[in-house]
Amino acid sequence: MLKTMTVALGAFLSLYACSQAAAAGDQIVIGDIDDLSGVYADVQGQGGVEAANMAIADLGGTILGKKVIVLSVDHQNKPDIGASKFREWADQNGLNMLLGGSNTGVSIAMAKVAVAKKVPFFAIGAGGASLTGADCTPYSIHYAYDTTALGNGTASAIVKQGGKTWFFVTADYAFGTQLQEAAARVVTANGGKVLGAVRAPLGTTDYSSFLLQAQASGAQVLGLANAGTDFSNSLKGANEFGITKTMKPAALLAFISDIHSLTLQTAQGLYLTTAWYWDLNDETRAFAKRFFAKMHREPTMTQAAYYSATLQYLKAVKTVGSTDPDLVMAELKRAKINDMFTKNGYIRADGLMVHTMYVMQVKTPAESKYPWDYYKVIKVMSGEEADGSQPDPACSLSKK
Amino acid sequence: MTVVFGVPLPAILGQLMLGLVNGSFYALLSLGLAVIFGLLGVVNFAHGAFYMLGAFAAYIGLQFLGVNYWCALLLAPLAVGLLGIVIERLFLRHLYQLDPLYGLLLTFGIALIAEGTMRGIFGASGKSYPVPESLQGGFNLGFMVLPIYRAWAVFASLTVCGLTWFLIERTRLGAMLRAATENARLVQAFGINVPLMVMTTYGAGVALAALAGVLAAPVTQVSPLMGSSLVIVVFAVVVIGGMGSIIGAIVSGLVLGMIEGLTKVIYPEASNIVVFVIMAVVLIWRPTGLFGRE
Repeated sequence: MLKTMTVALGAFLSLYACSQAAAAGDQIVIGDIDDLSGVYADVQGQGGVEAANMAIADLGGTILGKKVIVLSVDHQNKPDIGASKFREWADQNGLNMLLGGSNTGVSIAMAKVAVAKKVPFFAIGAGGASLTGADCTPYSIHYAYDTTALGNGTASAIVKQGGKTWFFVTADYAFGTQLQEAAARVVTANGGKVLGAVRAPLGTTDYSSFLLQAQASGAQVLGLANAGTDFSNSLKGANEFGITKTMKPAALLAFISDIHSLTLQTAQGLYLTTAWYWDLNDETRAFAKRFFAKMHREPTMTQAAYYSATLQYLKAVKTVGSTDPDLVMAELKRAKINDMFTKNGYIRADGLMVHTMYVMQVKTPAESKYPWDYYKVIKVMSGEEADGSQPDPACSLSKK
Repeated sequence: MTVVFGVPLPAILGQLMLGLVNGSFYALLSLGLAVIFGLLGVVNFAHGAFYMLGAFAAYIGLQFLGVNYWCALLLAPLAVGLLGIVIERLFLRHLYQLDPLYGLLLTFGIALIAEGTMRGIFGASGKSYPVPESLQGGFNLGFMVLPIYRAWAVFASLTVCGLTWFLIERTRLGAMLRAATENARLVQAFGINVPLMVMTTYGAGVALAALAGVLAAPVTQVSPLMGSSLVIVVFAVVVIGGMGSIIGAIVSGLVLGMIEGLTKVIYPEASNIVVFVIMAVVLIWRPTGLFGRE
């Protein structure tokens, strides 16, 4: 009796193991590693997963007869967690593509895993331009925006309007310093001057002493080289301490979720640079309407980019008829990108997706006619204007 | 512009003012710690967690129960103080006979549990608590704009510090408390219920931490980790002031807050460590702290 049972159990187990292995090959697995609980949780967060799922649904849920699934995990803004989860999914879950959420530090760590495991990596939430510069890899695509484009958009608009002297309040990690560098470059190139900078730890809640340092510098412009709740907390503090009366705040990276939580009363008049806005045209509004029905808020530019990246990746898989990472990467770098996120976008040799960017100004409460009517377009920048026409020479792939 | 130490005077005054605001929180928190240590001999490592729970009690009250800021100022310390009393009854009182290390370990464990629980429920990111309508806006002091709320926080915490000092040092109840710490058995022999007094004292110390939490809620965000980042500094403040010294806790809290502010203008990189450097120097020079008894 015992013998029969052991044999039966063994047979069952081996059957089970086989079916598991087959399941991994039957699926296309997309991963999302993002800040789901910290300062950047509102930028993509659950909305990013939702956007990726919308793209999958739009393509019918299966590609090449394989079901497409999305895994998601919180990296808690820790590079080691992001990298080890990426490695684990690549080794154990048959991961085919990774969507990278916020935090440049985490994304730099994950880019190294992308090369080691040969998994296409779409860096979306992270802004650091080094992802397609010194930290570029053959499997990385920097998809939505980067610090260079933000500097060329917001900083140049403000310097040209007479904001010549700057003081930066900078998030103290890779993203903040790269953003400050990019903005400072634009400021000095346009005849302005940087009077100083102070670095605040990620997740600072009370910016008062940093802001008083900015005020004491006597600069005209308060450059906020931070993002997420760091951005909204520092801007709130600047209002509370009356600093916005003497200095003009510059939002070097602001998402519509930040403007929504700050309210127009506080954010009005701010200049910012964005890759996408829900109210640009009929196509963006149609996507936003579907997204709103699920998430009860308008999508941010990076949530829209999550949709677009998933869509483009799956289309490339369909075209080449395989999930082979090298074939898919070649196809992605060959084809033009045309969807509701951007028109005629293309992926440069260094991995940067070059596309149109918009310099926006936040409306006043009187100008805003309906809910989430927050931005007016000040300037449309071509991809080359935003990011330069040549690949980043710091990237080893650019030299070919 | 007047310049002192190569720094413009308005910058110094501004940071001093912010230092005073921070210092008043240090004072209120270290006061509770000093009361608990002075009267119970317990190193209350859960103090930061009670501060955090006070802020969360205010947040929960506002979001889910419609309790406004002013009521929260009263109700949150009451609720958290009651929790403190329960903890004292159930766990802490069994440890009075043992080495103070046991109390430290117990309260440290309680702090970890409280933080972990709040993190599980509310997530690691902060929740924002709005400044009450009547305290919005700011005073223009010339060298800076001081938000009315921060001025109120300084005023409220100094008032509470003063009242606590008066209660312990100048009233009959305070005299009994102090007597009980000197010789509990003798005081009990006079017919005074010492265990009840000890329990109430712990509750009151915890309530002071919760009150500081409510005051801090609109200034910083309400987050599960708000206490653990502060409690280390507050311990240093208590050590500098002298363990168990009420007046030492208040004065060193305020002064250290301002020294920290000054450091931010003169040498910003040192602002996070200046309190600990001072602590080391004080411990070498006066091991019992500035106001401590031998």
